[in-house]
Amino acid sequence: MSEHEYVPKSKAAKWFNDRLPLLTLGAHLTDYPTPKNLNYWWTFGGILTFCLITQIVTGIVLAMHYVAHADLAFGSVEHIMRNVNYGWLIRYIHSNGASMFFLAVYIHIFRSLFYGSYKSPREIIWILGLLIYLLMMAAAFLGYVLPWGQMSFWGATVITNLFSAIPLVGDSITTWLWGAYSVDNPTLNRFFSLHYLFPFLILGLVVLHIWALHIPGNNNPVGIDIKKPSKDTVPFHPYITIKDAFALLMFMIIFAGFVFFSPNVLGHSDNYIPANPLVTPAHIVPEWYLLPFYAILRSVPDKLGGVILMFSAIFILFVLPWLDTSKVRSAVFRPIYRQFFWILVIDVLMLGYVGAMPAEGVYLALARVGTIYYFLHFIVVLPVVGLLEKTDPIPMSISEPVITGGAEPSLARKINEKV
Amino acid sequence: MVLSNNYIISTLQMSKEEKKVKRRDFLFTASYVVGAVGIGAVIWPMIDQMNPDKAQKALATTEVDISQIEPGKSITVLWRGKPVFLKRRTPEEIQEARAVSLDDLPDPQKDEERVKEGKDEWLVMLGVCTHLGCVPLKDKGDYNGWFCPCHGSHYDVSGRVRKGPAPTNMEIPKFEFVDNNTIKIG
Repeated sequence: MSEHEYVPKSKAAKWFNDRLPLLTLGAHLTDYPTPKNLNYWWTFGGILTFCLITQIVTGIVLAMHYVAHADLAFGSVEHIMRNVNYGWLIRYIHSNGASMFFLAVYIHIFRSLFYGSYKSPREIIWILGLLIYLLMMAAAFLGYVLPWGQMSFWGATVITNLFSAIPLVGDSITTWLWGAYSVDNPTLNRFFSLHYLFPFLILGLVVLHIWALHIPGNNNPVGIDIKKPSKDTVPFHPYITIKDAFALLMFMIIFAGFVFFSPNVLGHSDNYIPANPLVTPAHIVPEWYLLPFYAILRSVPDKLGGVILMFSAIFILFVLPWLDTSKVRSAVFRPIYRQFFWILVIDVLMLGYVGAMPAEGVYLALARVGTIYYFLHFIVVLPVVGLLEKTDPIPMSISEPVITGGAEPSLARKINEKV
Repeated sequence: MVLSNNYIISTLQMSKEEKKVKRRDFLFTASYVVGAVGIGAVIWPMIDQMNPDKAQKALATTEVDISQIEPGKSITVLWRGKPVFLKRRTPEEIQEARAVSLDDLPDPQKDEERVKEGKDEWLVMLGVCTHLGCVPLKDKGDYNGWFCPCHGSHYDVSGRVRKGPAPTNMEIPKFEFVDNNTIKIG
């Protein structure tokens, strides 16, 4: 929080601000002292906000033309594509926007993993972020069902059947979710309702996420605590806003590339076949952003075990701040952790790849190795490396390594002194 | 005034003899209970409205004409939105199903228990993989029965799971023979 008291200049503004301090909030957001060394990996928060707003705006517009009924949904989506003015554009922005949203969120999450942004005192920011991520996955799944194509229908069948693995009450829960004895019109109808709701829940969590962020302030590539405001910080506006805006433009070029040149490359052609409850497509795969978890699900030859492991893969992230025993945040000063970080990245990418392949032979073997390593990373590697690793000396402040031309050992303080 | 003085005195006394239940504690607890019951009474309709409605339940039975099915062939019909396989098995297939040792089955069940007595050639079962609900493909897989393309479960000629992540055999729905040519499912 900035230290100074904001006083509006005009009398009217002061009158208003005394009654509802929105101008104080605006001043706080503008002056918010931000570490001056934030690199481009820190621009994804802004990019994600853009993605959320894009999805909400295009989604509200699509809902004006879409019909949530099993007999009409598929046709109404084609109606949007062919008849509605610019319907094709709006729908392609919305469907590719989901992929762009996940691309950005994965970069955002891995940035946090690399620079230790999830560590004390930022655990609540991390947990709120994971809740947002969970809601994003739910919203994306619900949205994918709405066009009522073959992949929609069978994706919905497979995912809702995950709950049937729960002992005793599993089947009742599944039937309750469906509102029928299979995925059917009641299912589609409620999925539409919830798909409309979830983005607004996400928006609420984003407000909390940013609020929690503004208590300790941003982490930074060096990962040290800094005085705020000081010569280590710059005001959010214009320094960070202009950097975020530039990164956002670059991101939008990639986004537009998908929308205008290959709008269906991230989807499945099977979803242009209307839903048919009698025929399952030969090869069911979820959207790319869920593939690593799908690979984990399929790597277990037991129904309940697979479901438990898949959900554990997400929920283990909630305790990550307490599994990582290292006091040093940034991987820049952690030579051993840095290598394990990249192994984890490769592991998750590999799981994503085998998740898209048939679950047999070498792919199944790779999925199993990848799954085991994924859990080992969090349960064994992080606690042990944190205790044994000899970290590099970290600088006293952000300015120091720049001024002296490197982290001189004489200037550096020992890691446990004041982290 | 008298009342409040009494109240203060009594609270002072109470604080000495700790843990004694006060009138106020009773009122608090009673309020919480009434509130919880009220909230529960409102929440339940909100939850139950998502269960299958009367129109869904009304579609409970389907009658199927089976006179056109040749031995060794099968048809698929829709019942409650789910596919049902009706297979007329050949004597060899029945023999094959009954020759299997129960020890080889993840979900041990005799073939006799999966068909109606005297109508052994008719296998009527939900065409739904018990893993995650896909429709298995017929005449595929390692056991001359069905194979689920989603996650690779193999079923034998009796629809029993033999390999893969499916935990149980394909389900036999409630059905009866109305006459020799008609089956009523449900």
